[in-house]
Amino acid sequence: MSEPILVSTIPDFDVLYPEYVRKDERPGYSGFIIQSSSLLEFAKIVRDEWSYDFLTSVTAVDYFPEGFEVVYHLFRSLGGGILTFKVELPRENPQIDSLFEVFPGSELQEREVYDMYGIVFIGHPDLRRILMWEGFAGWPLRKDWKEAYYEEESKPFSSRWPNGEAERAETTNPFQANLKYPSGFDPEKWEPEGEDALYMGLKKSGQQDGLDTDFMVVNLGPQHPSTHGVFRMAALVDGETVVDLKPVVGYLHRNHEKIGERNTYLQNMPFTDRIDYINSMSNNFGYALAVEKLMGIKPPERADYIRVIMAELSRIQSHFMVTGFLLNDLGAFFTPALYALKERELILDIFEEVSGSRMMCNYFRFGGLARDLPEGVLQKIRDLVFNRLPRKIDEMDELITENEIVTARCKGIGVLSAERAIALSAVGPILRASGVPYDVRRADPYSIYDRFDFDVIVRYHGDIFDRYLVRIEEVRESIRILQQAINQIPEGPIFEGKSQYQVKVPPGESYGRVEGPRGELGFYVVSNGQSNPVRYHIRAPSFINLTGLQEMCRNEKIADVVAILGSIDIVLGEVDR
Amino acid sequence: MGFKGIIKGLGITFKHFFETYSEDLKQGPDRYKTAKGIQDRLSADTKGIFTVQYPEEKIPVPEAFRYIPFLVYDETDEGGRDIRCTSCGICAKVCPPQCIWITRSVNQETGKPVPKPEKFFIDIDICMNCGLCAEFCPFEAIRMDHDYEIASFERMDHHIYDLEKLLKPASYYARIHPTQYAEEEAARLEKEAKKAAARAAKTT
Repeated sequence: MSEPILVSTIPDFDVLYPEYVRKDERPGYSGFIIQSSSLLEFAKIVRDEWSYDFLTSVTAVDYFPEGFEVVYHLFRSLGGGILTFKVELPRENPQIDSLFEVFPGSELQEREVYDMYGIVFIGHPDLRRILMWEGFAGWPLRKDWKEAYYEEESKPFSSRWPNGEAERAETTNPFQANLKYPSGFDPEKWEPEGEDALYMGLKKSGQQDGLDTDFMVVNLGPQHPSTHGVFRMAALVDGETVVDLKPVVGYLHRNHEKIGERNTYLQNMPFTDRIDYINSMSNNFGYALAVEKLMGIKPPERADYIRVIMAELSRIQSHFMVTGFLLNDLGAFFTPALYALKERELILDIFEEVSGSRMMCNYFRFGGLARDLPEGVLQKIRDLVFNRLPRKIDEMDELITENEIVTARCKGIGVLSAERAIALSAVGPILRASGVPYDVRRADPYSIYDRFDFDVIVRYHGDIFDRYLVRIEEVRESIRILQQAINQIPEGPIFEGKSQYQVKVPPGESYGRVEGPRGELGFYVVSNGQSNPVRYHIRAPSFINLTGLQEMCRNEKIADVVAILGSIDIVLGEVDR
Repeated sequence: MGFKGIIKGLGITFKHFFETYSEDLKQGPDRYKTAKGIQDRLSADTKGIFTVQYPEEKIPVPEAFRYIPFLVYDETDEGGRDIRCTSCGICAKVCPPQCIWITRSVNQETGKPVPKPEKFFIDIDICMNCGLCAEFCPFEAIRMDHDYEIASFERMDHHIYDLEKLLKPASYYARIHPTQYAEEEAARLEKEAKKAAARAAKTT
């Protein structure tokens, strides 16, 4: 027998630092509660002495009417489980130390928590609203805040049955009657001062060759073909060189998490399809894992295999797509992207046949799947993964990897070192291209990933080219996993018992995470035993990967910014939620 | 510089171009606008042109495909409609965007609810086609449609479907969901046989 792996055990911090750490002893909860005055100290200790060097998620929960709780999830980049700790805050004037000094990766996430809850992070370098606009009144994720088309605290709404009479939300609550502004705010006279704050956040002019030079601000987006959606980068340029750059997001924000708190547990499943709409299967997977953890159930064997098959197919089509569109960003307009999309189509056809929809799959249920594989689908998947896809990925590899233009544009551009990647909480192919072999499937295996033989792909330059190479190799690894899964898949039920539309979820919290194509996709769900979650938070990999964009783009040419953004692989549905 | 890469890239484009015509020659006129030709373009060994020329050609939708729910009614012998829905409200409760409205029928004399819907609305602008209503309906009364061509000029007039617009015969359901329909029918017959057997056992 080998020695138990030490990285996987979480130390008893409450025994080690009893002055300011206590165990979270509420039923269903785990982790530690830290005194807010000692948060920074504790964060430094876990990072430097206990090597919890990766802050993966920062969020908050509103335990109305008591107070807020800021929740931190960390792990070791060596592997192992999640360390959770929380800080309790009062409802009146909530303030907390920013962890930016210790974990720079918390930057965008702390801004999000501020934006949604109004919790002020002391010491944050650029604490502004991020998803909402400056003229927005209130803190949307607080329980006492009500949205424009508010009907009831939670679904199902009583007006639908038994005396339902169809009505449109916009007729009962017409536009403009549903708007709220901060007191003293006049939208007609408003001038976007937030813009100034944004540009102030950028570095200002400097000296060059003994001359005072003024830099120029260039806005890429929100409507720009390179941004893969509605996304904006405010870049400060010196000639063609980017001096500083800030991402501006939130144009597609729909307060997914608030909707999720109004929904019942099952109703959230189709909504998860719409976060990262390229990979609905992975999103389903993460959410199902989180809720199953709370419920304490496991799907049957066959369902587990189908889940893995779907998640890996999803990864393949996503990587195909991003590789195709990276070439688009490099200027090879659409021909290579369409060749990549062609392979993706064949996978989407399988999704459609299995789940009923090509992109909005809504296929996973708590404790199983919506339906079994229809006849003949397994053969179709077999044809793809044993024959067509390996051939096509080789073809693509051969075409792109040695192409002079690709190598000239991608090698050495947008470099993120391993230390910085960890510090900035970059995940997925970006982290692995920077030389950190971290893959949730290996580091903290979920579902049945511990049964498969596959390699965690890692490259060491941390540039665009290595990110591309990681993705190509990952497709090969996914094909390997698929081949094993298809050969091993057992017969049997895909669901124990009968699927319920009102699931019973005991009180508690859980954090379910999967390795999505863009990196660690986490779902933090808090239940109070009722039919709707108290908190439903998504740790969105493409949003958090944007934290590193500023550093990757500094001192690069403005034309390369487009390629760097393409290599991060953002999906705006997930960035803005 | 970059010459080799360009030649290689053009080579791939040319290969696709060439394969389109070689497949045309191989498959003849069957390649376009026939079910076989479309099926070939969906298979794992498709080569050359890949696009399906909608609307002249349409990809057949799989049985599981879901698009806007409809209500199933059974045709009675006299040509009447026997609506399967009992207005139990499960679909309205499970609907994630809450786009289903149901008014339950009430017996005018006794004031008691009757298991039939008086009104049934689905706002198809809000429906997200998730299929949960069909999945959890205990009476096989609401099912997902395959008709995806629903564009209209005026959304205010046409996009709230009422009972009339939602009702479709069981034969239509059997046609678009053959496997599922057969399974449900088999289960129903079995149940009825059991009931009959129980009744027979009681009387003797």
